[in-house]
Amino acid sequence: MSAFPSTFARSVFIATAAVSVAGCGINSIPTAEEKAKAKWADVQAAFQERANLYGNLAAIVKAAGANEKGILVDVTNARASATKVQLNPGDLSDPAKMKAFQDAQSQLGAGFGRLLVTAEAYPNIKSNENYLTLQSQVEGSENRIRVALRDYNEAVRQYNTEIRTFPSAIGAKVIYGSKPMVPYEAVTPGAEVAPSLEGKI
Amino acid sequence: MGPRPLSQQSPALARIAAALVLLAALLLPGLAAAQTFPPLTGPVVDAGNVIPDDVEARITQKLVAFNQQSGRQLQVATVADLQGYEISDYGYQLGRAWGVGDKEKNDGVILLIAPAERKVRIEVGYGLEATLTDALSSQIIRREIVPRFKAGDMPGGIEAGTDALIKQLQLPPDQARAVAAQAAKGKKSSGIDPGFIIWLLIFGFFFVLPMIRRMTGGRRYGSSGLGPIIMWNVLDGMSRGGGGGSSWGGGGGGGGGGWSGGGGSFGGGGSSGSW
Repeated sequence: MSAFPSTFARSVFIATAAVSVAGCGINSIPTAEEKAKAKWADVQAAFQERANLYGNLAAIVKAAGANEKGILVDVTNARASATKVQLNPGDLSDPAKMKAFQDAQSQLGAGFGRLLVTAEAYPNIKSNENYLTLQSQVEGSENRIRVALRDYNEAVRQYNTEIRTFPSAIGAKVIYGSKPMVPYEAVTPGAEVAPSLEGKI
Repeated sequence: MGPRPLSQQSPALARIAAALVLLAALLLPGLAAAQTFPPLTGPVVDAGNVIPDDVEARITQKLVAFNQQSGRQLQVATVADLQGYEISDYGYQLGRAWGVGDKEKNDGVILLIAPAERKVRIEVGYGLEATLTDALSSQIIRREIVPRFKAGDMPGGIEAGTDALIKQLQLPPDQARAVAAQAAKGKKSSGIDPGFIIWLLIFGFFFVLPMIRRMTGGRRYGSSGLGPIIMWNVLDGMSRGGGGGSSWGGGGGGGGGGWSGGGGSFGGGGSSGSW
């Protein structure tokens, strides 16, 4: 019977240690982090999809004989720089890099929008079935970007909350040295994230 | 001092309870979601009240058959209004709230109609974005749905749109057979749940075996009343669990005997239109 208290104490100790370590966010912090990174991958994919559509739009505008060299060159440059500025998941807590990414994408988005508006002015483009198809693709792409961004921002919010609240804040400081991630902010209101839903969910 | 205080207390208690319920009712919608979605009652949710009953029955039949053929879930929904949201915002959130489509495959599609705003949208789940592209959804809306809506034929437009969607999403016969076989296998395996077998084993080892031992005069365990009670619980659980396995379904469509979401998610794929 003499062995009983020590085994009992040991098992209690192990149980308590397990619970308290789990409570320090040893699992929940990486889970939240990976989720945010996965959502970021979706964001990049959505932006890439939009960049890919540009080639089709340019081809349609050119084929219709539209003389819009200036805008085409502008957008081509914006696209080149937007494709160049990639953001690795590891850099998500770097505000400067996030800002560079955002600037590049919003520049491309604005150029894209301008090109679409220009194309609308040409009756032979507007009635073109290819253009209608392209328009729906661009619209769908913008929509996907918006949803991906909203999901990413929500995942970031959860991660940041996780690493800053007790008890997982201990694990974040001691074990992981976690830094808060940067949410994606729409540069022009309504350009990337529909404002109507923000704060209402 | 027996029953008196109780009878005096209960109205007060009732009042407190009512106040609490009221408070919860006030707080909960604000916390949960700003939008309210109509409940998912079947393949056609006509909250906007624009589909006559006979057409609704016909579309429902088509959607159920399509679900059985492909395992994919196509949902038709009309709403009274969009509560001030863009139809694309409302659409994907509705899809997520209902969980249309399978959780793993995200193969749900919603044909959403908002008669008040004169907007229509085909919302496509993540997993079907390559099959039912934005361009194709837009084409269906422009060619099949909007012309009929413009002519005032709402039910006709909805049915034509549904037909076009089913035509696109239906699987070729060989794949459809694979889905049917999978569904049949899934139904069988849900009848004999592996977890349930483990429970049976544990039950056998810890309760039945000791009981047999006790009957045969072996070692005695605890109080005698406990065994039968636990056994009743297990038997009860068994009879209840048995009912779940008999329902039909495949993919996200058939949950527990009726039409329900399978937990599919949406990422803004699809297309919108207006008339």
